[in-house]
Amino acid sequence: MKCESCDNEATVHDTLLREGAWVEVHFCEACAAKQGIAQPGASLNDLLTNFVLPQIAGEAAKRPKPAKARTPVCAECGFTFEQFRQAGLFGCPSCYTAFESLLLPLLERAHEGAMQHVGKVPKRITEAASGKESVNGARALAERRERLEREKLLRRQLDDAVKSEQYELAAKFRDQLQRLLDSSRAADPSRNA
Amino acid sequence: MAGRKNNPAPEPDPQGGNPDSGSGSERDPRAGGIPNGGTLGGAGTLAEWLTNGGEACDVVLSSRVRLARNLAGHLFVHRAAKDERERVLQTCRDWILGANVCDRIMWVDLHESPQLDRNLLVERHLISKQHAKGKPAGSGGAVSPAADEPRAVAISIPDERLSIMVNEEDHLRIQMMHAGLSLEECWKHVSAIDDKLEAGLDYAFSPKLGYLTACPTNVGTGMRMSVMLHLPALKVTGEIEKVKRAATDMNLAVRGFYGEGSDAIGDLYQISNQTTLGKPEGAVLTELQDSIIPEVIQYERHARNTLLSKRRAALDDQVFRALGALTHARLIAADEAMQLLSLVRLGVVLGIIPNLSVQAVNTLFLLVQPAHLQRVLGKEMDQEHRRIGRAAMIRERLTK
Ligand SMILES: [Zn+2]
Ligand SMILES: [Zn+2]
Repeated sequence: MKCESCDNEATVHDTLLREGAWVEVHFCEACAAKQGIAQPGASLNDLLTNFVLPQIAGEAAKRPKPAKARTPVCAECGFTFEQFRQAGLFGCPSCYTAFESLLLPLLERAHEGAMQHVGKVPKRITEAASGKESVNGARALAERRERLEREKLLRRQLDDAVKSEQYELAAKFRDQLQRLLDSSRAADPSRNA
Repeated sequence: MAGRKNNPAPEPDPQGGNPDSGSGSERDPRAGGIPNGGTLGGAGTLAEWLTNGGEACDVVLSSRVRLARNLAGHLFVHRAAKDERERVLQTCRDWILGANVCDRIMWVDLHESPQLDRNLLVERHLISKQHAKGKPAGSGGAVSPAADEPRAVAISIPDERLSIMVNEEDHLRIQMMHAGLSLEECWKHVSAIDDKLEAGLDYAFSPKLGYLTACPTNVGTGMRMSVMLHLPALKVTGEIEKVKRAATDMNLAVRGFYGEGSDAIGDLYQISNQTTLGKPEGAVLTELQDSIIPEVIQYERHARNTLLSKRRAALDDQVFRALGALTHARLIAADEAMQLLSLVRLGVVLGIIPNLSVQAVNTLFLLVQPAHLQRVLGKEMDQEHRRIGRAAMIRERLTK
């Protein structure tokens, strides 16, 4: 099978939300990386290491083959990401945490690029947040949100720079992104998926 | 808060029937049975969105806002076995019936209702087709037909504005429907009911992703706002395709009278938001209510005026041919009736057809549907007899 964007062999197969419907897509690794599609089990960091960074360095041919796809499992309900792809539905609320790293690109596509809820919040959450302990929680939430926004922006800029072959600029964004990801991991161990 | 358990049926049942017992069909409609198609013409039993015109009712039939909610600590419905679905149903039922969400509420256990009753609720836009059919149980449960899976709907009566589906794709689908262009009213109303429900039900919620739903296309606000529009003039002029394209470009969905996959029978279109993450409810509301929908309305009105001023003879001809067919047909299918009713409705709002109300036509949109027709005529019928009965009913209603 051929890649949808070029003539290479398609090796990355994914199911994406497009205009509210699930569609099968097939890309070669390079094009998949450009589309922001991760291999099952790949975190953003893997994606960068395996696809984006070697490309920048012009080492695409030498890049390591991605690890054999592992399908993550929700510890709460036993649902696998593969099952989710087939059903289009999650097994339980905890699946959102279990599959977070795989989910964000999907969400971004389905919801005009957004990855953070804004709008109504159940009262018990707001009330809990008005307690002393949760003031910190709210601040942490705001910081995390800011980091995510920044991460999103950097990924876009990096992507654009690579597309327009501005490799110096790309390297700068890559370094910034790497620092941000490192500091996120330090600040928020839950993102260490 | 758990101690606040009111009488499960806020209104005592004068017929002495158990308001919680399965199918509504054996209950007197006044006591809260399934809305009886046979009494639709009578006062007080017609859904509010059909009787009241509401704002911009020449173009807008109804506005709807629905919220998807799930209970924390439970599997999503499609994955849950029968016993877990039963527990969720029980929890939701106890709280919904006790939380005083409206003056009178009717509870229908769909797994115990006859198919005709379930179809009636679909036609009235009170449950989805999927909810009428049911979803097969997840692994681990005893194998049983989808239609037997524990699920229900709670409906406010007699206005039928509120419906709460339990165990649809999400544990709760809370829907508010008002006549005309009234998204703001619907949103305020449904949000207040949501507040009452969340006081006793522990919703699955994440500060980052919002309300967690079975399908990630609904995560965030879990909110879908939609407006049902009658756009016959844009259909005639062919400009409807432009509207559809523009809507798609703005991440809106355009669907037919009965939602996903249904054609725009009777020139009825539903426009709704698709984005639920990263955009607060108020922003979606403003966008639809103050900008997009009014533009579509103006567009349709402009097309109607153009037809009136430039193609009057052809317009009159189409409208009266439709009326003629409806008042003289002896066999008629639902889709054909809808298409003809659409032109008659256009004729009524433009003053071409005197002595007929928009409400009468709106009501017929519903009564020509198979389940309603059979309820009105009081018996189950095969297709040919439905066509005969439908033609007779339309003749009677349009010529008296
Ligand atoms: Zn390619
Ligand atoms: Zn799960």
